Formats: sequence, C-alpha cells, structure tokens
Amino acid sequence: MATTPSSQNQFIHRLRRLAASQGPYLALALLLLVCAASSPAFRRPQNLLNITRQVSYSGIIALGMTAVIIGGGIDLSVGALLAFAGTVGIMAMNTCDNPTAGLTVAIVVMLLTGAAGGAINGALVTIGRLPPFIATLGTLSIFRSLSLYLAGAGLTTARHDVFMQVGGAVIGGVPLPAWILLLLTALGAVLMTCTKLGRHICAVGSNQRVARYAAINTGKVTLITYVLIGLLAGVSAFLLGGRLGSISSSTAGNAYELDAIAAVIIGGASMAGGRGSMTGTLAGILILGIIANILDMWGVSVYLQGAVKGVVIIIAVLLQRPQNQQA
Amino acid sequence: MLSVSDTIIATEGIGKTYGTVPVLREIDLRLRPGAILGLIGENGAGKSTLIKCLNGMVAPTTGTVYFDGKPCRSLTVANAIARGIVTVPQEFNLVNDLTVAENIFLGQELTSGFGLLRRQEMADRTQAILNRLNVTLEPTQRVGALSVAEKQCVEIAKALTTPCRVLIMDEPTTVLNQREVKTLFQLLRQFSQQGTAIIFVSHKLHEVRAISTEVAILRDGELVAQAPTSELTEADMARRMVGRELNQLFPELPAAPGAESAPVLEVENVSVPGLLHDISFTLRQGELLGLAGLVGAGRTELAETLYGLHRPSSGTIRLFGRRVRFHSPADAVQAGIAYLSEDRQGAGILTDFALTANITLTSLARYCHPFISRREEQHRAEHFISRLAIKTTSTQTPLRHLSGGNQQKTAIAKGLDHDPKIFLFDEPTRGIDIKAKTDVYRIIHALLGQGLSGIFISSDLEEVIGLCRRVAVMRSGRIAGFLEDDQITEEEIMYLATGVKA
Repeated sequence: MATTPSSQNQFIHRLRRLAASQGPYLALALLLLVCAASSPAFRRPQNLLNITRQVSYSGIIALGMTAVIIGGGIDLSVGALLAFAGTVGIMAMNTCDNPTAGLTVAIVVMLLTGAAGGAINGALVTIGRLPPFIATLGTLSIFRSLSLYLAGAGLTTARHDVFMQVGGAVIGGVPLPAWILLLLTALGAVLMTCTKLGRHICAVGSNQRVARYAAINTGKVTLITYVLIGLLAGVSAFLLGGRLGSISSSTAGNAYELDAIAAVIIGGASMAGGRGSMTGTLAGILILGIIANILDMWGVSVYLQGAVKGVVIIIAVLLQRPQNQQA
Repeated sequence: MLSVSDTIIATEGIGKTYGTVPVLREIDLRLRPGAILGLIGENGAGKSTLIKCLNGMVAPTTGTVYFDGKPCRSLTVANAIARGIVTVPQEFNLVNDLTVAENIFLGQELTSGFGLLRRQEMADRTQAILNRLNVTLEPTQRVGALSVAEKQCVEIAKALTTPCRVLIMDEPTTVLNQREVKTLFQLLRQFSQQGTAIIFVSHKLHEVRAISTEVAILRDGELVAQAPTSELTEADMARRMVGRELNQLFPELPAAPGAESAPVLEVENVSVPGLLHDISFTLRQGELLGLAGLVGAGRTELAETLYGLHRPSSGTIRLFGRRVRFHSPADAVQAGIAYLSEDRQGAGILTDFALTANITLTSLARYCHPFISRREEQHRAEHFISRLAIKTTSTQTPLRHLSGGNQQKTAIAKGLDHDPKIFLFDEPTRGIDIKAKTDVYRIIHALLGQGLSGIFISSDLEEVIGLCRRVAVMRSGRIAGFLEDDQITEEEIMYLATGVKA
C-alpha cells in the first residue's frame, strides 16, 4: 500500500536514515573529539600516526572481510593465513643473496600464498559446499599449524635489511602501511559500488538463489571474495613482517580475523550479507584502534581492553537494529 | 442487517490508522455461525488488516469487535485463539527441520507429568487430523521435504488442533491445484455445517463464488458491500472491488502463428532424470504456449531446464534451428531466453535492492564501461517504469516497499532488459491483484505483438484459456497432451492433467 507519511514523520525518518547510514563516521568523529579533548598525549601527531600504523595490518584484512561478509560468507582463517604467508615468504626471501631479488621474491611469494590459501577456502565453500564458518575454522587450524611446523614454533627472521626499510617506511610523515590501507580502501570502495563484480557480490549475499536465477555465476563470485581476502592477508603479512623484521609463527596475525570482523560490523555491514561498505569498515577499524590507544593513555589495564572492545561491538550492532527491523 | 446478538463474530465501526494513513474505516461486519464469508478486495484494500483486527494481531484504532454478541476489549492473539478464532496464514509458519506432527503441536506439545513428550499420542492425533483432511501424509515426515501444497495442508492441520469456531484463511488456494482446492472446499463446507464461521480471503472470484455463502468487498479501507453470494455475479464483484467497470480482463488473443511462421524453439525427447521424461514440443515465432498441469507435474522444471538450471540427460533443444546445450542460466540468457520465476521473492527479485539495480541485475555487463554507468541504469529504469506502468516513488526505492504487482512488473523488466527472444513466464500473476493481473496480460500481449515468443505457466486455468491458443498439459514429468483453440477448456485440461484421459 502506498503510504504518504506526514512531513514531520518524514523528517524523523530521514534523520534516522542519516544516523544509520552515517553512523560509523559520526561515531568516529565523536570519539576523536572526546579523546583529543581528554588527553593531550592522544592528540600528539606522532600518537595519531602510530594509531594509523597499528590498525593498518588488520585493517587491510578487514577490507577483504568486508567483501566476504557482504557476499554472505565469513573467513576465520585470515590471521593464520597471514602467519603462514609471512613465514613462507621470508623463508623464500632468505634463499636469495641479492637483497632486491629477495624483496621481490618475498612480495610475490606472500601474495601468491595468500591468494592460494584464499582460493582453498573459496573452493571449500563453493565446490565443497561447506558452511564458510566451518571451512575457514578448519583452514585456520591448518595454516597456523603449518607455520608453526615450518618455523619450529619460533620466529622466521629476514636476512635483508631492505625488507625492514620498506616495512618501516614513512612517506610524507605517514607510515607506508597506512598509505596502503587508504589506497586499498579507495580501490575497495570503487570495486563494491561501481563495478559489476561489486554489485554481484551484494546480490549473492542478499539472496544467492535470486543471483543464480539472474544468470550470475555465484560460485565464481564467492570464490573471488575469498581469493581477495587471502591476497590482502599476503599484503598484510609483507607489511607486518617488514615492520618487525620477522614473522612469529605462533603470534603473528593472532585474532586479526576477529578485529576484522568487528570492524566490518561496526562499519555498518549486515552479518547476513548483502549490505556493507569499505569506508564504513575503515571507520570501524579506526574506532577500534583509537579505543585501544586511549585506554592505554588513560592507564586502563590491557586485560580490560578486550572487554571495552566487546561492548563497542555490541553497542554498534544494537544501534543498527532499528534500521534492520524496518526491513 | 443481522443483529449483533445473532452473530458469532462481528465488528462495529472498526478503523485502523497507521501513522496518519487510514487503512480501515468504519467497518461493520456481521457473521453468523456456519457462514462462509468471501472477503475480497484489491491488494492494499485492507483485507489483511481487517483479518488482523479479528485475530488479535492488530489493535484497531477505533470501534469494537464482538464475539458471541459480546464486545471484546483488548483482543490479543492468545485470547483470540482461546475463543476459537483460528487463522491459517498466507505465508507458512512451519519449521522445515521438524516433522509434520512436531510442527502441528509446536508450542502446544502434549507432555506427561514428568514434562516428557507424549510422542505417540501426538502422532496419533496428527494422523487423525490428516485423515480428516483426506491427505496422504505421514506424521513423521520432515516438513522441509514436502511440496508447497502439502505444507499448506500441515498449516491447516495445525489450525485444527484447537477447537475452531471462526476459521480465517488468507488466500489459501494460491498454491493449490484444482483437485486440492476441491478437497479444501469440501472440508470448509463440513466445518460450516458444524457451525464454524469461515472467512475466506481470495483473489479468485470464481472460487469465492463457488464456496462462499456471502461476500464482503473492501475498497480503499471501506466495506463497500456485504451481500449474499447469490446476489452477486463475478463481474459485479470485480466492478465493486475496483469501483469502475473493468475492461475485458483478457486482451484479444493474438493471431495464430501461421504454418509459415518459423519455429523458434524445438524440444525433442528431452529427459532430466527424476524431473522430466521425453518432452517434445515446438514453439513458433510470436506464439504463447500455455503449460498447464497440477502442482508438481514438472512445469517449472521444464522451464528451468530451458533456462539452463537443469541439464538434460538425453534429447535435443534447438533455438532458431541451432542445437544448444546450456550449462548455466548465463548460457540461456546469452541465447535469448528470459525466465520469470514462480517464486518471486525467493528467486525473482532482491527485495533489499533498489528498483534500478533489480532491473539491471541480469544485464549489468552492458552498463559497465568498465564502471557501472548509473545514468544509463537510471535511464533504463525510467523507460521500464513508464512502459510497464510500475508504480514507485523513485527509481531508487527498495523493492520491498513496492506492492506485489509492481514487484512482478519489475521482475518482468529484469527479464526484458537483456532483450530475450523467448520469455518463460512461470505463474506471472500469482499473488497480485486484478488490476496488476490485467496489466501483466497486456504486457505479455504487447510483447507477443513485438515478435517475442513465450511459454506461459499458470495454475489459473481461466488465464491459460484466456491467453493461449495452444496448451501443453503436463502430468508427472511428461507432456500428457496438447490442446488447441476450441479444445482448450477447463475440463479437457483437467482430464489430461489428472490422467483421466491419456
């Protein structure tokens, strides 16, 4: 039935829609204001730059997670895949005597390992018809175990300094990983909103059967989202390894998948698929990074930070609920 | 008019307003025990809201509901059920993973003193109800494995576990074939003889005429008539629903394609294991071939096979004289075939997507250079909105805000946007109002005039008869026979569909 809400209702409706669609950005702005006002140490430029670096590694993965979740899936294995790709990549680099060749080998091997790991996840979900949660829970265990085995449960250390120079590079005052996060967010936003693939990912996540009947190769679309997040795990492995000069087979990438999922949800995506945005995810990961940072500044125990993070995630989802219920 | 004291259920001055929008106004309804009331009206006329006011799901803004002649204040769902007001919903509320008996007793399980389930008794009582309904279902069957019609039987059976004095059925026949409708009607008459009042909501006027003892007609939230069925013809009902004279429901039949008109689709001995057996037919340029049959006869499966969703194990399909093998819907679309699914919300449209994005979903590639051109998309959507008379506030409105008829037109637009040569319509008018139906008929008619060929699947035989010059009737995965022109009658179709006549 056609309804014509009164102008006052329409205003409230619009306001609510604005809050729902711009929520993550408004929350980020508000958080920045509160933190900057409350702590002089927080608003120091060096501190802000540090935050951007800290969130970059899981943030890059969160962009891939955005595509996966919008497409109706989930990937729990990416943190472990980062450790695996990083370990394999550094081992490959260490076989090269020439630093430049080593660096190239590291990039290529890490990206390929990441993409291959993602392709395995994608194949399990599409060809194997496994629920994504189960498939990636399995590969999480496999990737982590393989890196522990390869590295003897310890660190894999790079022998070329150039690796560290790239990983620690600062361009125009901003750390390289932050630049890459920004660039990839822009590319991701274009992918999701302006390309056929992006539209198809949304369609598959919204209703796979409708997508199939609309002549979309749903298996291919789903597979691509997993390859994409795997590739981004490789990028993140390279930047994190370069920053530290090594990859720890036991701790590298630990819980990154959870931060990534949290960022995607805070950024306004629907866990059920079909809806979400790359820029929202960027806001989400920044919110998480800023909260961790300000809690440090305020001297809150590290052990309590997880609790705060949990509360933020729950509040974010609760705030989104009115919009979902209108559907 | 019947006095309230003689009624089992009645309303006085019932009105309902959502926000500032009145959906129901001053409804005075009277229903005596044993009456079968056909409640009709276009989509949005207020039928569902009226029903919800009676079964406690919605609190009316004004007016009073009377039960047994006494006013009920604050009727809730629970006390409506306690009074014996039972509703069989249009959308099923069944848990696919549970059995028939578990579904029927869901939320009202019989338990022993220790809180354990009395399974045997529930199974026995389920069996008794199923026997009463005259359906061959086992209480232990999993509901997920049942056909749509069988699920509806379970839904009806569920309603019968509680003593029922007023039975409300919201479009119960939409998913039933004629035989099942007949069974349902027998059952309703049986209830009526036992003094149960029945409110029967339907779009199918001939069914309302066949089953009801009186008819209530809603238009724009007002009760425009409540009269004995015998005083109204179908034409009267239709006229009162829309408030004006309906033009002829069906457009004139297209000219029969002559023998010289080229075959566009030739299907020879096609079989799909478990679904289709030895299907052969030819579709000519500009022809609309009707595909009739009971639910489960394989009509949808045949359309889906032609659309590349099932792969034939044997036989050949020729398009424009060239043999084709489709591995996916993409191949079929490429070859010029469009399919309108019978399951609009489940397979046809994305309700969360904007109108525009739905229309271009299949044909998106042509809007990418390499990025999607929103201007072209917009332009295309506007083209279809005016061509198919889609009513929407904007091209960016999510489809869930549109009526069923407008959603269906959007689904048709989605198929048309990839320029098909052959359009497979699967139940194109299911669940849409009369006005939208006639629009859909006109759209199909116009498309045939432009050289498109089509296959028209429908369980509504009136439609098939009104639109097609040739009908293939299917039964258990086979084509039982073809009917042409004057041969096409409800009787002939049913003979073939039920196997009375080979």
